[in-house]
Amino acid sequence: MNLPQNKIPVYVTNGTCVSPMGFNLIDNIEGIKKGHIAISEITDENLQNESFYGAVINKELLNKAFSQLTYKGDFSTLEKMMLLAVDQIAIEYKAQMNDKCGIIISSTKGNINALSTENNEAYFLHHLAKKVSNAIGIESEPIVLSNACVSGIMAVSIAKRLIQTEAYNHFIVVGGDLFSKFVFTGFQSFQAISSQPCKPYDKSRDGITLGEASAAIFVTKDLNLIKSNSFYEVIGESSINDANHISGPSRTGEGLFQSIKNAVKESKIEVSSIDCISSHGTATNFNDEMEAQAFNRMKLEKTPVFSLKACFGHTLGAAGLLETVISLAFADQNLIPPSFGYNEHGVTLPLNINSEAIEKEVKIVLKTASGFGGSNTAVIFKKCTSDEK
Amino acid sequence: MEELKKELKEKIIEALNLEDMSVEDIKDTDILFEDGLGLDSIDALELIIILDKDYGIKLTDSKDGKKIFQSIETMAQYITDNRTK
Amino acid sequence: MKNNIIHYCNIKNSEVYLDGKKLYEGAGEEDFSSFIKGVYKNFNLDYPKFYKMDGLCKLAIASSSILLEDLKDEIDPDMAILLSNKSSCIDVDLKHLDSISQGEESYASPANFVYTLPNIALGEISIKYKLRSENSFFIFEGFNPTFMIEYANSLTQLNKASSVLCGWIELNENNYNAFMFIIKPENGIEFTRKNLEKLI
Repeated sequence: MNLPQNKIPVYVTNGTCVSPMGFNLIDNIEGIKKGHIAISEITDENLQNESFYGAVINKELLNKAFSQLTYKGDFSTLEKMMLLAVDQIAIEYKAQMNDKCGIIISSTKGNINALSTENNEAYFLHHLAKKVSNAIGIESEPIVLSNACVSGIMAVSIAKRLIQTEAYNHFIVVGGDLFSKFVFTGFQSFQAISSQPCKPYDKSRDGITLGEASAAIFVTKDLNLIKSNSFYEVIGESSINDANHISGPSRTGEGLFQSIKNAVKESKIEVSSIDCISSHGTATNFNDEMEAQAFNRMKLEKTPVFSLKACFGHTLGAAGLLETVISLAFADQNLIPPSFGYNEHGVTLPLNINSEAIEKEVKIVLKTASGFGGSNTAVIFKKCTSDEK
Repeated sequence: MEELKKELKEKIIEALNLEDMSVEDIKDTDILFEDGLGLDSIDALELIIILDKDYGIKLTDSKDGKKIFQSIETMAQYITDNRTK
Repeated sequence: MKNNIIHYCNIKNSEVYLDGKKLYEGAGEEDFSSFIKGVYKNFNLDYPKFYKMDGLCKLAIASSSILLEDLKDEIDPDMAILLSNKSSCIDVDLKHLDSISQGEESYASPANFVYTLPNIALGEISIKYKLRSENSFFIFEGFNPTFMIEYANSLTQLNKASSVLCGWIELNENNYNAFMFIIKPENGIEFTRKNLEKLI
């Protein structure tokens, strides 16, 4: 394919997140640096008799933090999580809200606890999206992306595309999903729930740990608007379906490989200039092995790879965005986050994984994600300096 | 065991949505997975649920499933030996 | 050349249309499940996996198959898929919820749970037509032609795809409406909001 000339550069900035480790970015970053994780042992007889592992937000603390904000009305747990994440962005970029500013909400199941046979309005994802977008004062129709576990990062690429084709000037992207019985029981029937805090790429890995979180980021082409010293250009992105199986990933990692290949081509960079990879790493046998295949096919086996799911659990529709926000915040400090839970190499091909943070100059970050339905997304971020403003 | 085999065929047809198939179409020794009946990994998990729900057998390692789910014959034998319901 | 609508398929009110021409009419009063089976049989879709799918995927596969069957050799290998609806996969969500709400007798079904994501419909189409391409599932309160136009055009403009299979695939119990169409920079119906609103 010929790449079009003079593509408008698009930037991301002001990433934030809400997780069991904290309701702002700094608390989450500092927590990871201290070796803390959001996953804990949970006892909930509604789910099962034995205790299990999950990353669940303290709802009392959430409600307390939310009550400090100025939003009026009733909001569900997930809506509160999303508003807590997006609040600062909404304040800082208030003037842009009506300047062809779109909003993308990324979620797989939304207010899933509102699901009932009486067609409860709150279940519908557009309802959730409207509550959030109305609360922060965005006029344009909210876009909901519900594309399995790639949603959070795919949403960033969609925002970039719509800005590059001048349909919009800016985007607010918010991602979020809950820890729910609905999802937990489903993964149990897949025998995919780990008996321990999940261990991506490790020999003893035995499945996923579910988590809940929200995250938000601002996407724009206007450098003059960016107030923060931390911003990254989205230099390449692609989402290619495996076209293989609806729940199992391709054994050769075909879709992920193609996605990364396309993203690299668009970025016009050498593969070797990628400083680190924030991978999907769910800690299932198949997923981690598939990623090893794809990364090796792309000659990325020496590039430091880390999975943040060992810290936050699998946060579904929030994952891609949460993990991007965390990765870029670490990159700001020229650090590569640790890949917790990794002790013994457990995939058949080599990968460069470290269970401790690495000090390294980080300019280019590759974020990947994969999901049910054969979806894969790869996005490449390039660190920008204030001189570029 | 004949009754159990018929029961299994009925359950498989229903649970795995094998439309246009009847009990007579499935032979006791037909290979269930891949080239035989063409069942896949999700179907295997579904069979594990049936084992638990209807016969009280908990299969925690899906790899064991390969041998057990080879055919109606092998399934019926395993259930006869291990059922708690 | 601008993108135009080169073919479209409608499935609603017990009827199936291709490019505006009625090809099939169901029995009228039947429920969605019986109707869509009738469509499958009538068009000889010959795809046994169909029976394992949930309603939303059946609707997506039926409408895309009718649209694509005659175009087999002309389908671009990088044809993107862009689907949307209002109700996500509510029917199968309720099935799953029901299966886990039976107290001691709660058993979640993996064959059910795998369908509790609306984008599985994209996966099923990709698998059937071996489309290793861009695809995304969006949720709106109602059919959003403006977004479809902006996003589908961005895919071809940015060389992410040579053509796009777009669809509004809505299913909530027995209320269904499938409107699938292909856009491509070829002669066809002008790809405008007005035309989309007329054709759905």
